[in-house]
Amino acid sequence: MVETSPFPADTEHVITTSKVNFFYGATQALFDITMDIPGRRVTAFIGPSGCGKSTFLRIFNRMNDTIAGTRLEGDVRINGEDIYRNGSNVVRLRRKVGMVFQKSNPFPKSIFDNVAYGPRIHGTHDKQQLAEIVEKSLIRSALWDEVKDRLESNALGLSGGQQQRLCIARALAVGPEILLMDEPASALDPKSTIRIEDLIGELRNEYTIVIVTHNMQQAARISDYTAFFYEGHLVEFNATKKIFTKPREKQTEDYITGRFG
Amino acid sequence: MSRRRSEQITYFLIRGVMYSIVLVIGYILFDIVRHGLPALNWAFISEYPRKSGSEGGILPAIVGTLSLLAGTIVVALPLGICSAIYLSEYAEQNRFTAMIRLAIITLAGVPSIVYGLFGLGLFVLFLNFGTSILSGSLTLACMVLPTIIVSSEEALRAVPRGYRDASLALGATKWETIRTNVLPYSLSGIITGSILGIGRAAGETAPILLTVAAFYLPRLPKSIFDQVMALPYHLYILATQHPEADKVLPLQYATALVLLLLVLGLSLGAIIIRIHFRKKYRW
Ligand SMILES: Nc1ncnc2c1ncn2[C@@H]1O[C@H](COP(=O)(O)OP(=O)(O)O)[C@@H](O)[C@H]1O
Ligand SMILES: [Mg+2]
Repeated sequence: MVETSPFPADTEHVITTSKVNFFYGATQALFDITMDIPGRRVTAFIGPSGCGKSTFLRIFNRMNDTIAGTRLEGDVRINGEDIYRNGSNVVRLRRKVGMVFQKSNPFPKSIFDNVAYGPRIHGTHDKQQLAEIVEKSLIRSALWDEVKDRLESNALGLSGGQQQRLCIARALAVGPEILLMDEPASALDPKSTIRIEDLIGELRNEYTIVIVTHNMQQAARISDYTAFFYEGHLVEFNATKKIFTKPREKQTEDYITGRFG
Repeated sequence: MSRRRSEQITYFLIRGVMYSIVLVIGYILFDIVRHGLPALNWAFISEYPRKSGSEGGILPAIVGTLSLLAGTIVVALPLGICSAIYLSEYAEQNRFTAMIRLAIITLAGVPSIVYGLFGLGLFVLFLNFGTSILSGSLTLACMVLPTIIVSSEEALRAVPRGYRDASLALGATKWETIRTNVLPYSLSGIITGSILGIGRAAGETAPILLTVAAFYLPRLPKSIFDQVMALPYHLYILATQHPEADKVLPLQYATALVLLLLVLGLSLGAIIIRIHFRKKYRW
């Protein structure tokens, strides 16, 4: 079968993986995944629960390293740089690759301190400069108007949707190029979900966004490219429009038409 | 018997047990205060004992116990917290660390006289610190370390993983994450658990008996290599070794009351610290 690339000729692939296998102890969670993720686009990972979407996502910022007994085989590059080579700088990698988690997890500190946390640990202590970063990040994450009068109050007083946008602001504050989002709206009400989706739409031209979602309508609405995973395998990766109108694989078609999963 | 009926009986039983415990503790406290308060005055606290404790105050014993407590805190708190951080954050969770944990819990149950003998052997004799505040503090520190480690590790583990993940994902190193997003949130728990353990040490006689406590020493220590009197030991002597034990009964009660107030003050300090950190990091 001759495959035509789904990407336009001038596409720059920011994340590239080649033959990635991943293990939790003796259990293999990912099998031979080779995938090129384009820059400044939104790529969605879909697939039934437990198929390895989160595991694959956490490979890009090496968050799986924090789980004991895990092992990775294969090649993972960001901007051409092998992020798993010996001596690779994880701190620098994570500055470049921000992450938003499924369960929003603002620190039990003030809204300001939450957003300023990243810049502070990376060495910014100038008050004026921090205030600017905080304001910019909160404007970016569409939260500024709601919190500008209470930056010093505890972040845990915010609503669920606001907390998640705060987490996005916190991630943006360190100036990443890539944003990984693991089901960022799965715990939110429909209205807050729409706000997050709108926000992703606004960020799409500046950041490379990879988002895991179990909500196919959401993938269809917000992503340029969609990858379908099944039982640790990458089944199909294509332009979102193609995946949802003319999937190549039978498994993909079954999944998006709701025949399983 | 109906389920409702047995529910009621259970409720009354449990309530009754609780009240009787409160009653017993309340009676002990009441007894100590009733007999101790008349003999407790400024002179008793601020003066040296005379005539082998039959007259005068208990200043050296108060100072002795306070310096032993200070020494214990200075040694045991950092060591205990560091061990807990290592066990909960850095150590691989395997059979070996499980064994270490079991050993620590076992150590918490070792009788205090065993610690006293251990302190005598190691600090007093082998390391040649003599019977001194140093030997006594180190011995008490060994005794409370297990409690501090266990309660600190529990407090550290109670911090949700999400905070650690978020911090690491922002590019913080492991130590930065622990320092800024784990320790501060668990400090109230760590301090509470530790102070309760240390408070218990304040009342122990056996570990200090062999390592620091003086029978009768009506002056203040000049260095950590001096012997001191201590409240629990002084109490023990007044009650059992004093030739006129009956005559000094009010002094026994007053000494017990002072010791009680000291431990109470310690717990109060712990509560204040707890409230402070709870307010600062609400989660
Ligand atoms: N910390 C872990 N330890 C062991 N196995 C895990 C862990 N996290 C995930 N897994 C396993 O890896 C597989 C993929 O999980 P995950 O990546 O979370 O799937 P998804 O995000 O698609 O629901 C599942 O079978 C899951 O049980
Ligand atoms: Mg997942």
